[in-house]
Amino acid sequence: MERTILHVDANSFFASVECSLNPSIANKPVAVVGDVEKRRGIVLTANYVAKLGYGIKTGEAIWQAEQKCPELVKVRSNMHMYLHYSRLMREILSDYSDYVEPFGCDENWVELKGLLRGAGMEIAEKIRARMKAELGITVSIGVSFNKVFAKLGSDMKKPDAVTEITPENFKDKIWGLNAEALLYVGRKTKAKLNKRSIYTIGDLANTDKKLLCSWLGVNGAMLWDYANGLDASPVMPYGDPRVIKSIGNSTTCPRDLRNNTEVKTVLMVIAESVAERMRDHHVKGREISVAIRDNKLNWSSHQCRAERPTNISGEIYEYAFELFKESYTWERPIRSIGICVGKLCSEVCAEQLDLLGIADKRIKLEAIDRAADSLKRRFGRKVIGRARLLEDTQLSGVDPKMDHRLTPAGYMAR
Amino acid sequence: MQYVKERKDSNRYKKQYVNVFVKYGSDGYITPMSIEWIDGSRYIIDRVVDVRRAASLKCGGTGLRYTVKIQGKQRMLFFEDMPERQRWFLETETGCTGV
Repeated sequence: MERTILHVDANSFFASVECSLNPSIANKPVAVVGDVEKRRGIVLTANYVAKLGYGIKTGEAIWQAEQKCPELVKVRSNMHMYLHYSRLMREILSDYSDYVEPFGCDENWVELKGLLRGAGMEIAEKIRARMKAELGITVSIGVSFNKVFAKLGSDMKKPDAVTEITPENFKDKIWGLNAEALLYVGRKTKAKLNKRSIYTIGDLANTDKKLLCSWLGVNGAMLWDYANGLDASPVMPYGDPRVIKSIGNSTTCPRDLRNNTEVKTVLMVIAESVAERMRDHHVKGREISVAIRDNKLNWSSHQCRAERPTNISGEIYEYAFELFKESYTWERPIRSIGICVGKLCSEVCAEQLDLLGIADKRIKLEAIDRAADSLKRRFGRKVIGRARLLEDTQLSGVDPKMDHRLTPAGYMAR
Repeated sequence: MQYVKERKDSNRYKKQYVNVFVKYGSDGYITPMSIEWIDGSRYIIDRVVDVRRAASLKCGGTGLRYTVKIQGKQRMLFFEDMPERQRWFLETETGCTGV
């Protein structure tokens, strides 16, 4: 049976929330910005007046944005408020279906079950109107028969609009779009495809699947399926614990990192926070990835597989640092760095013991971490810490636990 | 965007937080009974006409919007349910002296 899937995307989410909270700025150019003193002085989101009228982009430095638009209204970001609105959004969506899967804090997939054809559009219109009336924010909604096309649809008409993509019209509507509009075609994949003169989604769909596999590996097959509307991935029910697919933190450092010692300090702080959050959720992970952004804002990420599933701070740190050493050549100083642990499994899953006593040692390490956790809970976060972190308190002073990562967890990794 | 137009004269309005006397009914419903204005005078709510979640287009924010009748006049009373604190507010024109 044909599925009905909605992708509901809040337009310029942070800026919309700020405008909704303070209507007197709603028709002025507004940018939600990070903390300048902590060197996060960039535009996180701009509203449509700022984007269309002045060409202000997400990720720009505040001074660049001010050059384009001197009367720009700058609002400091208020994460708690955005998460509150994000929850309210999901509450509205769960009036229509139990199958609401968040993708980041401002996007959700909703699968409507047991509907007649065409009813999807009607419900999408209702949701759009309710978001505006009840929360004062606008959303764009894509209605389609799979998740990937629903997401494409929500990107096609913005803001405050509904787009439908059906099995009959997807070839006309989608195949003409640039390949990078498709989910998981990023900068690198795009370059690989363009080199083989594949520019549009239609080109991708009409390329031989085996050929794509030989160029891009398993992802080639996945992209071919996406382009042909064959994506069959399910929408997870709201609150499904499987929705946590990875746990990670990243931080923009108070100053650029210039050598391995400094990186060690920051990685240690992040590893501790990630590991602690993993223990909070009672999970262990097998896949460790490190994301690095240099001071020219070039971004890269590398991953490796841990020998055993882990949530030990020290182990995560060691894997992350090894990975960093292998992959980074110090062409430029580093602006921000993050660790993410994926391929999660339950904390209590069975584990292979060995003759060398490594497993015994790990049990002890886990116990130490747990003791530190409970001390921190009872007496405050500063009561116990690693000696290494005392060397450079400016760098180790960052608090990644409050600086949560908002990028959606891997969608492919299931 | 259309909703920008609706809010054109938003500077005219002020979000006024007020004290509200509330009945917690045995049926689980919460009904506002009266409002205490900032000068201490008390206004009895004659009737609750409608309750729904709504954004305050005049003053900003979102919450449970109680449409209430006070001395024959209709007013919007919002229960703002923010995570850190929950408060009641009225949409008032700047400079007004009573509910």
